[in-house]
Amino acid sequence: MIGERYVNGAVLIGLIALPLWALSADEVFTITLTTRAAILALAAVGLNIALGIGGMVSFGHAVFFGLGGYAMGILAFHAQTFSPLDFGLFALPGTKSMPVIWLVATVVSAFAAWIIGLLSLRTAGVYFIMITLAFGQMFFYFAISWGAYGGEDGLSIYVRNSFVGLDTLMPIQFFGLCFALLCLALLLQWRLRRSPFGLALNAARQSTERVQSVGLNPRQLKLLAFVISGAITGVAGALFADLNRFVSPTMFSWQLSGELIILTIIGGVGRLMGPVIGAAIFITLEHWLGGLTDFWHVWLGTILLAIVLFWRGGVIGLLTGKEGPHV
Amino acid sequence: MSEPVLSTHGLRKSFGALTATDNVSIDLRRGEIHAIIGPNGAGKTTLIAQISGSLASDAGRVELEGRDVTSLGTEARARAGLGRTFQISALAMEDTVFENVLLGAVGATSGAWALFRSVIHDRNLTDHAMQALERVGLAGAHRTRCADLSHGQRRQLEVAVALTLRPRLFVMDEPTAGLGAEGSRAMTAFLDGLRVEAPILLVEHDMDAVFALADRISVLVYGRIIATGTIDDIRASEEVREAYLGEPA
Ligand SMILES: Nc1ncnc2c1ncn2[C@@H]1O[C@H](COP(=O)(O)OP(=O)(O)OP(=O)(O)O)[C@@H](O)[C@H]1O
Ligand SMILES: [Mg+2]
Repeated sequence: MIGERYVNGAVLIGLIALPLWALSADEVFTITLTTRAAILALAAVGLNIALGIGGMVSFGHAVFFGLGGYAMGILAFHAQTFSPLDFGLFALPGTKSMPVIWLVATVVSAFAAWIIGLLSLRTAGVYFIMITLAFGQMFFYFAISWGAYGGEDGLSIYVRNSFVGLDTLMPIQFFGLCFALLCLALLLQWRLRRSPFGLALNAARQSTERVQSVGLNPRQLKLLAFVISGAITGVAGALFADLNRFVSPTMFSWQLSGELIILTIIGGVGRLMGPVIGAAIFITLEHWLGGLTDFWHVWLGTILLAIVLFWRGGVIGLLTGKEGPHV
Repeated sequence: MSEPVLSTHGLRKSFGALTATDNVSIDLRRGEIHAIIGPNGAGKTTLIAQISGSLASDAGRVELEGRDVTSLGTEARARAGLGRTFQISALAMEDTVFENVLLGAVGATSGAWALFRSVIHDRNLTDHAMQALERVGLAGAHRTRCADLSHGQRRQLEVAVALTLRPRLFVMDEPTAGLGAEGSRAMTAFLDGLRVEAPILLVEHDMDAVFALADRISVLVYGRIIATGTIDDIRASEEVREAYLGEPA
């Protein structure tokens, strides 16, 4: 069995080595695919904080992914049409600057997560799953009917947004940005998990009574975790929109929420690198199997079933020989 | 006489037609161990849950050091100084023994909002947690996952977590259950010394432990306190013998 830190290191090295190899081999498509994996991994790192540490099975994380996407889409749309964003009392210009877009995506999705968390955390178990799903559907249908920003057709952005000192249109440079943000989020999760907050959150997943009887409020702990989780997934949404230079209501779809859960479970719920391995496997399957058969989701489902039934720690659990879903 | 650390006034709780707590008024004084005994299903755990705040009462009041805490939740009562141990372990089962006591230390210092400080590098927290484990004799198992502990060790861990809170009073639900003869004696000796730190409301089935420890005993039957008094009072009570001790009067 392999130590978890070696597995983690190998995964990160693999993730950065692949696009570098692709660059030398002039395989642009592989770089784009890896970028997609890194962005999905980032979204799932967000989910993993809520799901893996806090035990909140959110079936609505597409809300934050979509909000991040639309934050990017709307800001860039106003920048490319030179029309200000009209808030009634005041107006703001759009922007093509990635850091500003990321900041807006973070704030908007954190705020949405706070509201959704506040309402959803009154429930638990299946009801929590259902209420988060309902929020997802609400945002999905709202986006469809929001004609000003493309409605069902979505919104195209002609030129990728900019980052000082980089040429973001070069696939490898854009990948570098996504990879850096992913590493930052992993570092954040790692620090959080080791903090007093992480300890308490991790205990709150396992026993509400235990946490309460040491004088801590489990719902507040989970709420903060949900907010951090939503914010990270929101940034991933902004990157995803930038990768495709396109946003549409499908970013809010329940299928996306489901895929984030599935890839986190495949990689290893609550494991630091679970989302990264999960995203890599997911993208690989989508690409290879998706090219062979339209029914690749059946194979994904089969793998998921095998993992839930036999290797509860996901692929990381399998590699490190630690069975439990959480370490 | 000084005011009691804990007092309940006319507590009631019904589950449908079943009255689990029926007009219970008891108190816990400084420096004492007050044992609550009674047959299975008498309502002891229910009463503990009402006192510690995890179960809302239908009627009655709970006071901690003269302050009415009836409307407060579990975490507020814990912060007010109530240290509870559970009959059915409420521990973070996937975590290690050490992580569980560490959680208590974090709760005691209200430090759960520190997001970036490393908990295992905080000597104050880790020393505090380790001391609690040493006191109950569980330090050797600190790396063990909770799920792998025996029933008795889980009881010990419950007590250790309560210790980390440095509470004003302990409310313990069968802390010696599952410990075996040897472990039970050790726990009894430990609790004996603990009462000077904070008084203990002790629910206990093991009569040897009760007779060794209790300053006062209350007998709970069908949700009602049928007698409160010293060991000798209770032994001498006809009603208790009939209802509980099972000896013919
Ligand atoms: N949540 C509940 N819903 C319905 N009935 C309950 C509930 N909790 C306890 N009871 C019932 O209330 C009565 C008292 O239960 P309780 O657990 O307080 O007894 P106890 O004295 O602690 O028993 P033991 O010695 O077995 O621990 C029992 O008849 C039990 O079945
Ligand atoms: Mg009981």
